[in-house]
Amino acid sequence: MTVSEIFDTMEYGAAPESTAEAQAWLDRHPDGFGHFIGGRFTAPQDLFDSKNPATGARLARVSGGSAADIQAAVQAARKAQPAWERRGGHGRAKVLYALARLLQKHSRLFAVLETLDNGKPIREARDIDIPLAQRHFYYHAGMAQLMDSELPDQRALGVCGQIIPWNFPLLMLAWKIAPALAMGNTVVLKPAEYTPLTALLFAQICREAGVPKGVVNIVTGAGDTGQHLVAAPVDKIAFTGSTAVGRAIRQATAGTGKALTLELGGKSPYIVFDDADLDSAVEGLVDAIWFNQGQVCCAGSRLLVHEPVAKDFHARLRARMDKLRVGDPLDKNTDVGAIVDPVQLASITAKLAANTAGTTHVSAAPLPQGGCFYPPTLIENLNPADPLMQEEIFGPVLVSTTFRTPAEAVQLANNTRYGLAATVWSENINLALDIAPKLAAGIVWVNATNLMDAAAGFGGVRESGFGREGGWDGLRAYTKDRAPQRALKPTPLPAPQTDAPVIAGGIDRTCKLYIGGKQTRPDGGHSAPVFAKAGGLLGHVPVAGRKDVRAAVEAASAASGWARSTGHLRAQILYYLAENMEQRRDTLARNLDAMRGGKTGAREVDASIRRLFTYAAWADKFEGRVHGVPLRGIAIGLKEPVGIIGAICPDEAPLLGLVSCMAPAVAMGNRIVLAASQSHPLIVADLIQLLETSDIPAGVVNILTGPHEDLANTMSGHMEIDAIWSFGSSPALPRIVEHGAASNIKRSWVNHGLARNWEGPMGEGRAFLNAATETKTVWVPYGE
Amino acid sequence: MTASSGHSSTQAVITGAGQLPLVPLARNSGMALDLDWVARVQANTSAIERRAATIAARRSVKKAHQAAWLLKAISCIDLTTLSGDDTEHRVARLCAKARRPLDPTLERALGLRGLTTGAVCVYHEMIPAALRALEGTTIPVAAVSTGFPAGLSPLPLRIAEIEQSVAAGASEIDIVISRRHVLGGDWQALYDEMRAFRAACGKAHVKAILATGELGSLRNVARASLVCMMAGADFIKTSTGKESVNATLPVSLVMIRAIRDFHARTGFHVGYKPAGGISKAKDALTYLALIKEELGNRWLAPDLFRFGASSLLNDIERQLEHHVTGNYSASYRHATS
Repeated sequence: MTVSEIFDTMEYGAAPESTAEAQAWLDRHPDGFGHFIGGRFTAPQDLFDSKNPATGARLARVSGGSAADIQAAVQAARKAQPAWERRGGHGRAKVLYALARLLQKHSRLFAVLETLDNGKPIREARDIDIPLAQRHFYYHAGMAQLMDSELPDQRALGVCGQIIPWNFPLLMLAWKIAPALAMGNTVVLKPAEYTPLTALLFAQICREAGVPKGVVNIVTGAGDTGQHLVAAPVDKIAFTGSTAVGRAIRQATAGTGKALTLELGGKSPYIVFDDADLDSAVEGLVDAIWFNQGQVCCAGSRLLVHEPVAKDFHARLRARMDKLRVGDPLDKNTDVGAIVDPVQLASITAKLAANTAGTTHVSAAPLPQGGCFYPPTLIENLNPADPLMQEEIFGPVLVSTTFRTPAEAVQLANNTRYGLAATVWSENINLALDIAPKLAAGIVWVNATNLMDAAAGFGGVRESGFGREGGWDGLRAYTKDRAPQRALKPTPLPAPQTDAPVIAGGIDRTCKLYIGGKQTRPDGGHSAPVFAKAGGLLGHVPVAGRKDVRAAVEAASAASGWARSTGHLRAQILYYLAENMEQRRDTLARNLDAMRGGKTGAREVDASIRRLFTYAAWADKFEGRVHGVPLRGIAIGLKEPVGIIGAICPDEAPLLGLVSCMAPAVAMGNRIVLAASQSHPLIVADLIQLLETSDIPAGVVNILTGPHEDLANTMSGHMEIDAIWSFGSSPALPRIVEHGAASNIKRSWVNHGLARNWEGPMGEGRAFLNAATETKTVWVPYGE
Repeated sequence: MTASSGHSSTQAVITGAGQLPLVPLARNSGMALDLDWVARVQANTSAIERRAATIAARRSVKKAHQAAWLLKAISCIDLTTLSGDDTEHRVARLCAKARRPLDPTLERALGLRGLTTGAVCVYHEMIPAALRALEGTTIPVAAVSTGFPAGLSPLPLRIAEIEQSVAAGASEIDIVISRRHVLGGDWQALYDEMRAFRAACGKAHVKAILATGELGSLRNVARASLVCMMAGADFIKTSTGKESVNATLPVSLVMIRAIRDFHARTGFHVGYKPAGGISKAKDALTYLALIKEELGNRWLAPDLFRFGASSLLNDIERQLEHHVTGNYSASYRHATS
């Protein structure tokens, strides 16, 4: 076209980014890429293609990692780890700083390579992915520097296996590697099969940055390589990807003692109230669902619009969609690039083909010929019962419905198995700040969307996974307590002596379950005898079964108002419980001694009273944090209760152990279902009397007695329990609990067969408070 | 960018405002003041700033496209002089540049001729000088009016000033609104004032200068934009150029979204004129992209879009010479205004 013709049409024309440098880098590896293990690239073998999804052209050939490759990489990481940790915070900070600098120096090469391999628009790779990855290394260089002074009780986990997805290849690598290295871990990272190239380029700059051999290992491959890594002798698995694979990893690692964090899928709500700046909310959707072709775990994919503005808003939205430019990812004017792979394109296409509900609007933007492209799509007037309102599509497809009231907006928003992110648009600060805490999500954006930063925690609740990446919270995923740990010996059940009389004498004592504030008999109608250390019959406790767990969870569910109570009130209630326990001190001590023998009962009661005081103290002091994000606005890390917690209490400290689980959960606003000590359960009879006279609302604390393994099995599989803790001494418990937790991807905290000194500092404090809370990051940009 | 990319064998004629082959649009006759609509308007500053900040990164024009876009920008410039020391000769020099904004060799290389700026913008006293200097062209003369820039002279005098400027031959009148009506939330007063100005303009087109740098918030900018359009403004314009903050991309986004809303509701096309602070060719491209994205191609013409600028033209000339020759240019190579 001539200049004068363009003067009339005012078209943008092509604005392609040059691929010369990226191509030259690829051309230097004509035989394909090996793995990066122990600071060297292995010989390429078992090659597969990494393709450009915009054209289908092969970019490079990459090695498929075998079990032996994984083994070699884990060995290299294991060998390198002690020296890397001993290098100290400053020593590691210097290396992380060098990585950040090198990412910056090669930023355009990384960006172009990312766009070639993934299909994302060059603008996004250039302006979002690569700068955020750099920022992550800078930020964590600082965390390495501060670790010695700020986290003196923490140390590295060891070797971390990390499996990352294809949607943000380099950024997810940064999210995984930067905190792990900062805290003194070494890593074996498997990039996604579709997008391994920037990880391989990163391996090269690791050498330039002076990363010691074996500290970073990259093994490429498909799902089977990932399985090998999950099965390998690593200390931790960090996974970002689909909920289905995350669930399988949860099951595969159950009971192995490997730490686990999962960053999974989402169907994040995007709520528009009638007082919102509608044009800005429409533009926000471009960043929510048409960013990275909608292949974003936290994509605002479920639009909920207030009825008074629904018609107007959708009209504006359709008009905006029609102006999106779909095409060559390397063109600087492209808004929506290529879907990562034909397999993903087929998945999106199939989901849409199966849908008959709602009204579909497809963007008027022309699609390129060939390549993996899908048009921006909106499906209006869907209902929660329609599959596409529930299923993650992971493509540029937005679904929408309307709501009448703020309460209904929350109800619809939370009607999902996922809980990653949520967006709220309103100019009313009262409304926005009221809604944000009510949303089941790890991240809430107010009048913005998809804001991310290294300083702010990212991660979800429900089936979106657990663990946070970024900020101080993110470091917990890569550290453990420095205190030495010893094995926990199973506590034997006191054996009966057939001719032993009942010790107590007098009137028979009745111990029941405590459910919903009432003493109830077990549904199964069975009781079990409890014997003293000396062998005499002490009494009977109910044998709780599946239905009793169900009843306890229902009672806990009904007590949801506890989450909204004030910390001050919860403190008062815990103090009062301690006060009452003090009154019953001698009885409790005597009964403990009768069960266990010895004379430690009084000490345990005193420790329990102190523990109640500790958490009464914490109830209004475990505070959130305002993150230092580069934004005019605030990003707040709110501490919220987890919800309903199931706890298998320790056998060895029947009163103190139960109180140590109950009190932090209650203090932080959770409801809890406790399975009392299996070996010495009778103490609950006294405790229940205390609880009955306390001000703890019905359903907040529920106590069951019975076989730990059975109760753990039911609790870990219960979909309404949000987290499960296991401190029982049965060796089978960790596996039962972690495997069962895969059901709804609930958080789990198990002892892995290690003992905990319940009287000492390990028996209380931040570890328990962290387990009893979720961090929700609420972003509130402001400005007038 | 290559030296040859700008050459073209076809010579097209591009002329100034009023002669483009565009369907003439119905003039905005305004509507009754709708206070409910005004009250509903929201403008979320941080979201607007984010959109404004990414527009330059989302849209890019290169080579021949960039040259064509820069020529479009020239055709939309209200070449302006608004100084206390303006003289007839100074205005004549400005008008000469408006008639021939580009060096003839550049024009030929780019394959067009007859390009002019969108208008010339002067104070009332300079209208006759401008008319004389523009004789034989269709380039309109715009006059700032109504006690520009503060707009605080008596209302009858401000209206009389408009009438005198129209009588003197100005075909466009750039009025300033009373900022106090916006700051005080007196939308009825703003509407009545704008109505009176519009009536005084008669056939001359009226551009309403909001002085956005003095309105306090983007929400006020949005509401003032709507009220002026309801009262019949042909154009809404950001600034006098005399405020400490003049045209910005966030303010522009708010105003053009108001224009879009007004068009959706009434069918009338209202023009947009950012003024003050736009001096780089790259900025001009960003503004054009913003207009294209938010309002559409129809607004990329001098009957609906103007840059109020004085030094922008020289930077564009330098970029166009670079496009034609492949060498970076120097200011002194291009005739001054």
